[in-house]
Amino acid sequence: MSVETPSKLQKMINAGHFALTSEVGPPRSADGAVIEHKGKLIADYVDAINVTDNQTSVCRVCSLACCIRLKTMGLEPVLQMVTRDRNRIALQSDILGAGSWGINNILCLTGDHQQFGDHSSAANVFDLDSIQLIQTARMMRDEGKLLGGHEFDVRPRMFIGAAANPFAGPNVGLRVSRLAKKVAAGVQFVQTQCIYNMDTFKTFMKMVVDRGLHEKVAILAGITPMKNVGMARYMQKRVPGMDVPEEIVKRIGGVPKEKQADEGINLAVDQIEEIKGLEGIKGFHIMAIEWEEKVPEIVERIGLYPRPKLAD
Amino acid sequence: MIKAIPKPMEEIIDYVKDCNKLLIAGCDGCVTVCEAGGLKEAKILSSALRLYFTQGGRQAQVDDTSLTRQCEKEYLLQLSDRIDQYDAVVSLACGVGIQHMAEIYDKKIVFPGVDTCFLGVNEERGVYSERCQACGRCILAETGGVCPIARCSKRMLNGPCGGSDKGKCEISKDVPCGWELIYERLKTLGQLDRFETPTSPKDWTTSRDGGPRKIVREDLRI
Repeated sequence: MSVETPSKLQKMINAGHFALTSEVGPPRSADGAVIEHKGKLIADYVDAINVTDNQTSVCRVCSLACCIRLKTMGLEPVLQMVTRDRNRIALQSDILGAGSWGINNILCLTGDHQQFGDHSSAANVFDLDSIQLIQTARMMRDEGKLLGGHEFDVRPRMFIGAAANPFAGPNVGLRVSRLAKKVAAGVQFVQTQCIYNMDTFKTFMKMVVDRGLHEKVAILAGITPMKNVGMARYMQKRVPGMDVPEEIVKRIGGVPKEKQADEGINLAVDQIEEIKGLEGIKGFHIMAIEWEEKVPEIVERIGLYPRPKLAD
Repeated sequence: MIKAIPKPMEEIIDYVKDCNKLLIAGCDGCVTVCEAGGLKEAKILSSALRLYFTQGGRQAQVDDTSLTRQCEKEYLLQLSDRIDQYDAVVSLACGVGIQHMAEIYDKKIVFPGVDTCFLGVNEERGVYSERCQACGRCILAETGGVCPIARCSKRMLNGPCGGSDKGKCEISKDVPCGWELIYERLKTLGQLDRFETPTSPKDWTTSRDGGPRKIVREDLRI
């Protein structure tokens, strides 16, 4: 099945533990301390840390630089790469660069359209898409070859991931098919879009399990705690590919304002506990957006702290 | 066909305000069909410019005409006996025709009178939408006759991305997700098996990435 890499995330999954990942967003300035601070907040509570790549098309410190920083702190970064801003030359160059620093996890994404960001008049690239980036990373790792045909000796040893969005409706079957396509391309783990519509997620997982896809790819369920009812409403109305049922908004909005953050954490904990029981789930991707300090509390409350120790 | 829209009047006036003798040259091809640059539009623009000059107290001559196709030399040459009398030409052809006019009459100032937009279809009168980006290597046989390069905002060859919502693209609720269309068409054709086979990176050398393109058909040359 999956090619073995030095990735700690892969080892945790293979050891049969629920794996935990989280993400940190780089700053919109050259301040290197931000990532260091965010990394320290969650270091002991997750197995790997995604670094987003100019998320929502807003220009920030590059993912690779932040991953190197986390790596030098002894942490396990997941290099997020979108195909929006770089062509195949630059993408492969960055994968080689990441490999040279011993970064062993990559998350292959197409990326949001630039119209959502701070440079909406920019040209986009999209030389490759996410699935072709998966193919490329796999070829570099397994064949020691670039798309252009050049062969090399020292290969990047990447545990290859991607995103899966069961909620970009209306057709859940299409989303399962797309996951199957990512599996065919060589993906080894996926982190799902934030789960709020539990019914749709269960339908998706049942179809995934019925096809046996869960045995070919490790599925980490995406969880994002809501800070307040405003955030719930914003995600419901404004964020592409997000499905926030009205009852979620009502649950967060149904408590006094000063209690909404707590209720958001309660909701995230309840969601994880419910998803733990689903077949085919290998772990959780906790995306506490600009709220990294809450990750430890969530991890403790779901009973997954301390993290298991892996034999080297 | 090529789709274009008329340039704003203010922009055209800014180009031609110092001219004394102007020719507005329409094209009977694509821009006539999308009602941006045919004889009718040439006449409307010349009338509007005459009004502009008159109101400004200027005695400027503004003539209009339309050529069968500005992308072909033989039709452009029909202006050869009279183009010298004009200070400038406003071409209402697409970007191809405008450039061809400037090539053939290399000492003449040629202004664009339309913005050339895309290769598309007429959905209904006044509504045009893109279908082709002329990438030079057609893949419609694999994608159910719907082009992901022209119709996916991220020109993905393995879509749809995670941003589509209720069959619409993340950039706008008015834009259908190209890959939702492909999926549904493949389903209709009984070809859904194609959907789960990854498409490898595309060779873009036949697209604009390969530099300015040229076709030489030896079988057609005289």
